[in-house]
Amino acid sequence: MILASTLTTNLAILVLAGFIGFVVISKVPNTLHTPLMSGTNAIHGIVLLGGLLLLGLANLGGLSKFLLVIAVTFGTINIVGGFLVTDRMLEMFKSKPKPPPASGEEGAAGEGKGEERS
Amino acid sequence: MTVTTPLASSFLQSESFIYVLYIVAFALFIQGLRGLSGPRTAVRGNRIAAVGMAIAIVATLLQRSEGNWGLIALGIALGTAVGVPAARNVKMTAMPQMVALFNGVGGGAVALISWVEFRHYGSTYGSRKVGLPVGEIVHRLGGGPNVLGVLTLHADVGGPPTYVAIFSVFAAIVGSVSFWGSNIAFGKLQEILPGRPITLGRAQQAVNLLLFVLAFGAGIALVAGTHSELLFIGMLLAAAVLGNMVVLPIGGADMPVVISMLNAFTGLSAAATGIALNNPALIVAGMIVGASGSILTNLMAQAMNRSIPAIVAGGFGGGGVVEGAEGAGEHAGSVKSTSAADAAIQLAYASRVVVVPGYGMAVAQAQHAVREMAKELEKRGVEVHYAIHPVAGRMPGHMNVLLAEADVPYDQLEEMEEANSEFGRTDVSLVIGANDVTNPAAKNTPSSPIYGMPILEVSDSQSVIVIKRSMNPGFAGIENELYYEPKTSMLFGDAKSAVSEITAELAQL
Repeated sequence: MILASTLTTNLAILVLAGFIGFVVISKVPNTLHTPLMSGTNAIHGIVLLGGLLLLGLANLGGLSKFLLVIAVTFGTINIVGGFLVTDRMLEMFKSKPKPPPASGEEGAAGEGKGEERS
Repeated sequence: MTVTTPLASSFLQSESFIYVLYIVAFALFIQGLRGLSGPRTAVRGNRIAAVGMAIAIVATLLQRSEGNWGLIALGIALGTAVGVPAARNVKMTAMPQMVALFNGVGGGAVALISWVEFRHYGSTYGSRKVGLPVGEIVHRLGGGPNVLGVLTLHADVGGPPTYVAIFSVFAAIVGSVSFWGSNIAFGKLQEILPGRPITLGRAQQAVNLLLFVLAFGAGIALVAGTHSELLFIGMLLAAAVLGNMVVLPIGGADMPVVISMLNAFTGLSAAATGIALNNPALIVAGMIVGASGSILTNLMAQAMNRSIPAIVAGGFGGGGVVEGAEGAGEHAGSVKSTSAADAAIQLAYASRVVVVPGYGMAVAQAQHAVREMAKELEKRGVEVHYAIHPVAGRMPGHMNVLLAEADVPYDQLEEMEEANSEFGRTDVSLVIGANDVTNPAAKNTPSSPIYGMPILEVSDSQSVIVIKRSMNPGFAGIENELYYEPKTSMLFGDAKSAVSEITAELAQL
């Protein structure tokens, strides 16, 4: 009985999350699809939690610990890298709600890497 | 079941409090993603999601009670040391690889976690009927006293129930496929591996099917109670090879679909892990990513007018690519070539110019040069827009990111439908490193492999200038009729230098 309720509750969460995901993501314009991908990428780094939970168990063997450290490393790369890179990208999109460019300095502002220009 | 900790700490570690933190976390994820619906709210949205992630991690750390803090710190430190510089330094043109890589490590983490779950709980898989008393099981599993309450890993019932094994094994398989598939995608995008389809020919699908059956067969045996770690490793390996086999045959042009699909896989495997570990934040986050990946996969496949199974089954056919490349010389006589100076004049006296960027622009890192040229044109009162095909480049939205990096105003970017309705009143379409997405064969030639794919109808405009390195066909290996039309002129050269030359000529006019 308890078993059924844990599983079914989780399945209910799963299904609802799926629907919410579809609704929310459908509103994202094509233009932002790359940041969307890298952002959701960062979010699935949440598997890190699984690694943390299992590392909290007693009686882990050496190999298990080793595997979990790798898993935590991977999860962290996924989260930290994903959010940072998304932030970088989105900053570029944000930096121009200005009216069509009349000013010349605008190019200079976003110019981190001068050598990429010609 | 007694928790012998001081009051404050027992509140922080209480299951309800932790559960509430998880709810807050996933609410923030959803709110954050809602922000992505527009460029102005997107930065904040991403940060909101990041805060949600931080909360989820803190909640998880609160609820654990055994040691191993050192190992946790080690893993997080290593991950940060790798992830931060990678994210800081990656060039925007290399974004598809980066996303593939981050996706891969996520999938790898899922697979490893499932493996440890198996090492820890596997001996009780398929044995729930035994019905040991709760305390006994908890003890046998080494969980110690049930400090974790509702959120306990499987200890609230008589051993990990069968469904836990099912979801865990599912996560292991999909995670492994995703890890290896993403690595291959990374290799192809980074050009460590050839971008062309690598196939086993006819045997490919049989081999894939066999691997699939092997992986899932092993999974079923494990769930049914075969307590063999070797079998589990064998399952991971079969899934790993399957991941390789699925992505290797896929050509560069199909990458947007593959990356989206692998993203969905990792999300779904994370959700499965969430059910196995009874963790609501994991379930919600994983499922949202799964939904997002599925939507994108579908959109990309539609934009190519191809079914997802057809893409997974192999690129535009291994053989056809070579044939197409050989046939490329046939029409060569009727192509009109132009110079940067002529192109500059043509552009300068246009009133509306549409730039059609493709992967070639990304490869040449020409986005800044393009922006400079556009500024030069705008000074002369030319209206400049950018028409972006959904599958231009190597991942969904790839071109948009590059143009945004070069400070192209958001409102000059046109999506395909909008762009197509405007080509009729466009004087010059400037195609930069795009090929298949402009190929009229998709509309006119039923025998063409890309027939039916929606394209940017550049041939509706008054004239077309195509910047291209050579007459080689694109990744699909299909001849582009556009190049032989009388209104089309070809400017051969590297996208970046060609565009810079045009800009220089414009400045002198």
